[in-house]
Amino acid sequence: MAEHRLTPLAPLGHAEPIEERIGPVLIAERTDVAMASVATRRGWETELAARAAQAGLPLPPPGQAAENAPWGSFWLGPEMWMVEAPYATHEDVAAQVKPALGEAASVTEQTDAWVRFEVAGPLKPLFERLCNIDLDRFAPGSATRTLMEHLGVYVIRRAEDRMTVLGPRSSAGSLHHAITVAARSAF
Amino acid sequence: MLIPHPLLGPRDAQEFTYLGDAALIDRPDGLTEPEKFHDYAYLRDNPAGVHKELWFHEQGDRSWLVVTRNTVTHEILGAVLARDTARGRGRSK
Repeated sequence: MAEHRLTPLAPLGHAEPIEERIGPVLIAERTDVAMASVATRRGWETELAARAAQAGLPLPPPGQAAENAPWGSFWLGPEMWMVEAPYATHEDVAAQVKPALGEAASVTEQTDAWVRFEVAGPLKPLFERLCNIDLDRFAPGSATRTLMEHLGVYVIRRAEDRMTVLGPRSSAGSLHHAITVAARSAF
Repeated sequence: MLIPHPLLGPRDAQEFTYLGDAALIDRPDGLTEPEKFHDYAYLRDNPAGVHKELWFHEQGDRSWLVVTRNTVTHEILGAVLARDTARGRGRSK
């Protein structure tokens, strides 16, 4: 293999992911989670549920996220989920998931397609400016896709005061700008 | 306008794109029934009142819905997954 001296960059373009505190909220870029999407193949719904349960992979119902360490997952759409695991141990997450599910599902590597922000602090004043999710109906454990400044993003509420935002990596800077501007306006 | 998504509850119409009459689900075979396919491709009813139409949750879970809407009042009377409608008619296995 050719020798190279390329340096990996975090989605925002720095050598390390960056963190920013604005008033009471901490907005942290994260690169330590690997992801793969899991889509049921037609006619394999029951089999997939059984195989996922055996492998300890949670496949939550619509609009929900679930965890079963080291796995986390959230619902993407009918018969489709995103599976998450620590990058340090599951860099090849798709290759680790696929053998457990076999023919029952199509598994696609997703890790480097996304920028991940962990937002901690009072969520409501921030997210009511960013998107049209009704946070009072979006309890911890909820996950959905919606629009933020014209970008399709996934939001996952981990706790009352913690939210994960996943956006397209190629628009990482724009999404970060949107979140920080909203935070400065709110706090 | 809010669309009552059958899986996700009420969602802003901003997240959806509109295709048209839900009759588009019943696509005839253009090779064996060219007359029917002509009508399917070019003729549409334009009712003033209750209308079944296809909406795509593009900025959400990307499912297709059959939404029943009153075209006069814009009242949304219901929404179901287009997948279920198609399967109910023996399509998509």
